[in-house]
Amino acid sequence: MKYTLSVLVENQPGVLSKVSGLFARRGFNIDSLAVGVTENPSISRMTIVVNGDEYIVEQVEKQLNKVIPVIKVKVLQPDAFISRELSLIKVNCSTKQRLEIIQIAQLMNAQIVDVTPTSLTLQMADTAEQIETLVTLLHPFGIKEICRAGTIALEKGAGVTAPSQKK
Amino acid sequence: MISGAEMMVKCLELEGVEMAFGYPGAAICPFYDFLSYSHIRHVLVRQEQNAAHAANGYARSSGKPGVCIATSGPGATNLITGIATAYMDSIPLVAITGQVNSELLGRDVFQEADITGACEPFTKHSYLVKRAADLPRVFKEAFHIASTGRPGPVLIDVPVDVQQEETAEFSYPEKASIIGYKPRTEGHAMQIKKALEAIQKAKRPILCCGGGVVLAGAREELIAFAENSGIPVCATMMGIGVIPMDNPHYLGMIGMHGRSSANRAMQEADLVILCGARVGDRAVSAPQQIAEKAVVIHIDIDPAEIGKNMPVDIPIVGDIRKVLRILAEKVEKTSSQDWVERAVGYKSKYPSRGEPRTDSVEPRVFIRDLSAMMEDNAILVADVGQNQIWCARNFNVKEGRFLTSGGLGTMGYSIPAAIGAKLAKPHRQVVAVCGDGAFQMSMCELATICQENANVKIIIMENHFLGMVKEFQDRLYGRRYTATVLNGDPDFVKLAQAYGIEAACAATNEEAKELAKKMLESPRPFILVCRVDPDVPSI
Repeated sequence: MKYTLSVLVENQPGVLSKVSGLFARRGFNIDSLAVGVTENPSISRMTIVVNGDEYIVEQVEKQLNKVIPVIKVKVLQPDAFISRELSLIKVNCSTKQRLEIIQIAQLMNAQIVDVTPTSLTLQMADTAEQIETLVTLLHPFGIKEICRAGTIALEKGAGVTAPSQKK
Repeated sequence: MISGAEMMVKCLELEGVEMAFGYPGAAICPFYDFLSYSHIRHVLVRQEQNAAHAANGYARSSGKPGVCIATSGPGATNLITGIATAYMDSIPLVAITGQVNSELLGRDVFQEADITGACEPFTKHSYLVKRAADLPRVFKEAFHIASTGRPGPVLIDVPVDVQQEETAEFSYPEKASIIGYKPRTEGHAMQIKKALEAIQKAKRPILCCGGGVVLAGAREELIAFAENSGIPVCATMMGIGVIPMDNPHYLGMIGMHGRSSANRAMQEADLVILCGARVGDRAVSAPQQIAEKAVVIHIDIDPAEIGKNMPVDIPIVGDIRKVLRILAEKVEKTSSQDWVERAVGYKSKYPSRGEPRTDSVEPRVFIRDLSAMMEDNAILVADVGQNQIWCARNFNVKEGRFLTSGGLGTMGYSIPAAIGAKLAKPHRQVVAVCGDGAFQMSMCELATICQENANVKIIIMENHFLGMVKEFQDRLYGRRYTATVLNGDPDFVKLAQAYGIEAACAATNEEAKELAKKMLESPRPFILVCRVDPDVPSI
């Protein structure tokens, strides 16, 4: 089962390596990890998607809390958060096929960001599942390259994950 | 103007550091230069790993964080085993390393090593300082992190140019403020209540203490709890000494090399109270089995330990001393007198083994004899291997301490750790017990003993084997003694004499007893070599 964690960390050098090193040496499997600064420039948010069971996710949460620059760890509840992934897909495209691919892009709410006589590059920001669908639809044309960023997520509603005291 | 190096020394002074163990090199020279003006006593060891072990022994016997210092590159990498040893046993250390010029970082210059990176898995936290102005905050935080919550080693890596950098002013923060570090010390009242109810209901309760009880300084509270509740107590290797071995409630050490009495009682229990124990595999080989049959209460300051190796029914996160004090006050005497009698009865069912010998020194008997001769507050430092098990099972810690590398199992720990312990507590007897293998891993520190005039006693259990490995080979590898025979052992008595250290060799238990008496009475360091039959088992 996949779990999504929202982790607030101090925005300082070496934090990413402390967190990723922890996953490696404790044998936790990261599906994706995305990091970026928050509304407070001294704090970054990491969104980590972990594959595992309840024991693993509890351990991940506890071990992350032990990392000194980690301020807050929140395991996001299924269906209670919005998640998005950004992807760039470069696909083979002859002049004849162009219209067809543009239709797929419109259908899937993807943008065309680069075009050449033999290829198209699409950009899509959506859930991982939607992006998978786009990839499936584009597959018959011949995908040349895919670049996907890690999932980012925020809780639904007006509440915030604030850097209060650790658990 | 004040330089980074001077600030570093001032920070140590303001933290109340009285002693530091280290080994200099080019990248830490500015710091060492200022250290010479300080009242801090610097102990020059003979290899950096031993600086960390000595700081470890110092920390464990003084209760203050130990400080060790090394230069960049190989100096720093030599520290790693010592830092990892401290990490596994949760010993508060502050390790300071020099680093190459910050402008050259990452270019693989002479004596450069990414030590904060290399130590990542073995440190509670680490710093690579880029500006001299950050030093006061970093030192304040480092000492705070090392010594609070679950203690552990913290590394401060300071490039040589940062040590030389001049800053306009120096002010040391009064306290550390780290947004993501606030250890919880008060046990949750509701959880404590649940624990008391479970204790009341239990028919066969047992308390299992780990090193956390020692680190929390909760000895008195633990004994009070044991006496008020009547619940039998066992300990892991790191927990040895929290309760005197002759206390009627004490069943002994659990685990692979533990007492059958303690292991059997653990297996039969319907309530296990784990106290500051991480349930390592050598202590509890089948945690699931125990948890299936028993209600488990786990008290620990580190929430990540709870449920890591054993399923737990009632977790209590907090300072063990505080939690045990409340439990000791509120607990009622257990009504299961028959269980207590049965568990305690196992002690006489499985008595200590070994008979005095006249062809060699029977080590288990000798450790019991030694134990009887030593002062109540003595510090015994056991190395790693068979000697460690002989000590753990047969030495009676009364008011003193039992120090050993329980987690990482680092051979060569005992001599440097004993030096640190002795320098911290000069009026206590300090005896290191090691095998001929471990002795040769840190015998270079005999020079440190001489240099510091440290009245450390060393007992070498000489059997010309790496005994613990040999025992595995005896049992599991068809007695093929691959790489376990110590053929090149020197004459340890002559070696001691070369350092000007008094030494003697015992070939029987009677002799060993007499020589141990002489050793303990001597005001100077002493090495006692005991000839041991390589076939004597650990347990």
